[in-house]
Amino acid sequence: MTRLSPARLALYVISALVLVYLILPVLIIAPISFSSARFLTFPPPSFSTRWYQQYFSNPAWMQATRVTLTVAFLTVVIATPFGVAAAYAISQSKLRIMRVIHMALLLPLVVPIIITAVGIFFVYAKVGLVATMPGLVLANVMLGLPYVVISVLAGLQSFDPAQEMVARSLGMNRLRSFFAVTLPQIKSSVIAGGIFAFISAMDETIVALFISGGQYQPLTKRMFTALRDEIDPTIAAISTLMTAASFILVLAASARHKKSG
Amino acid sequence: MLALVSPALLVILALIVLPVGWLAWQSIYHDGFTLENYRRVFTEDIYWRSFALTFEISLAVTVIALLLGYPVAYLANALPKGWSILILSLVVLPFWTSVLVRAYAWLALLQRTGVINQFLRYLDVISEPLALVHNTFGTVVATVHILLPFMVLPLYASMQKIPGDLMQAGASLGASPSLTFFRVFLPLSLPGVLAGCTMVFVLCLGFYITPELLGGGRTVMVSMLVSRNVELYNQFGAASAVAVVLLASVLAIFVAVSRFISLDRVLGQK
Repeated sequence: MTRLSPARLALYVISALVLVYLILPVLIIAPISFSSARFLTFPPPSFSTRWYQQYFSNPAWMQATRVTLTVAFLTVVIATPFGVAAAYAISQSKLRIMRVIHMALLLPLVVPIIITAVGIFFVYAKVGLVATMPGLVLANVMLGLPYVVISVLAGLQSFDPAQEMVARSLGMNRLRSFFAVTLPQIKSSVIAGGIFAFISAMDETIVALFISGGQYQPLTKRMFTALRDEIDPTIAAISTLMTAASFILVLAASARHKKSG
Repeated sequence: MLALVSPALLVILALIVLPVGWLAWQSIYHDGFTLENYRRVFTEDIYWRSFALTFEISLAVTVIALLLGYPVAYLANALPKGWSILILSLVVLPFWTSVLVRAYAWLALLQRTGVINQFLRYLDVISEPLALVHNTFGTVVATVHILLPFMVLPLYASMQKIPGDLMQAGASLGASPSLTFFRVFLPLSLPGVLAGCTMVFVLCLGFYITPELLGGGRTVMVSMLVSRNVELYNQFGAASAVAVVLLASVLAIFVAVSRFISLDRVLGQK
């Protein structure tokens, strides 16, 4: 190790400050959510779970939570098989059109989400899908697909397709050989992709602002409206729960990745 | 094989290609063809100012993110593996928190009665609370926070590809550490700089939640113009034209950048 030069010291200090800037907002929410104060004071005057009670006893927040969980669950159930099938086809096929299709499947990551949201709103308005559950789920399937495709394609890259050929030469049909040989080996990428699709659906806000309404409003839409009006610490409680849920899911996804090596 | 991709492709066609196509159509057709919407977007002051402001903010956010992200990526690249994993985990940690949650956190930190103002008053640095939020400053602080991971990760990826012995070679030839950094390391990390800057700039152009919640209604970015034209004024044609111009800007940037580096790199796939 060399001696700590001034440039090196500056590098450490700047990086540490940037990391604090990145982490502080994530960490500040939990203490606020457990504070008894109506207005934000720091440090919190005393410990209290009143904002959590307020959240769990409010029918509107509970209905929104049910909508969010249902949408996220259905999104995973639909987007995962669609994404796995697409990724498998893209990796196996030598058709030139597949490159174009691959790019098309990544469009949700490229098009600014506000444009997607307004466009979907116009289309839904024509076909009567605004403020409906199927409409909300479909939009989230579209937004979650790229995560499944990217994750599964990465998994398939380290998979040797010759193994599937062997299974087929032994008399299995394509479908059976996929489920018996390929799927078990890419299982962790499939699960990781599904988890990312779940988180994406859980956090999605902008499309929901335009197309959801009535009793089918997800948590994020209600939170956004609440934040525009006043700062209610109930939101801190919900935010803490959402963040905890995301982190647990991400840890689960990365633990699965490690297991598969 | 085409049968296998068709469900996914159908979803994409129905829910993003068709809607965006619809927008484009609606921007030029309303009881007959018209360019009126585009005339308004390109000549009326309110649209002009919003586009200019959006590009200014995106540029500022990109430059700040680069200045903050480069040292972090450099350090993560230079330190032993355990430390670099820790640093990168801290960088992506906020990435998995909802944008909405982070907007709330910044409101809690920056508002007049917020944590930072209370702390500064406690220290007697200020007597009156500073206006840190509901303005462009608050928008930029929170936007940089959200986009910083998109800068650090491509930077780190490109730095990983720089062979360590190049720096040693520079040093053994008598160059000072700063000279080897500026003449060898920095130029070799430029693909990462370009990839990170493109991603941050383009994502920032379309930002909606942060400016809406932290801009205090004064920082009207293009995305807010789109949403207001839809929600408040029912001006679907105008909203569509603004959206088309925004999308065209984004695509133009991607095409321009793809002449220098592969787009897979920008989208973080490699």
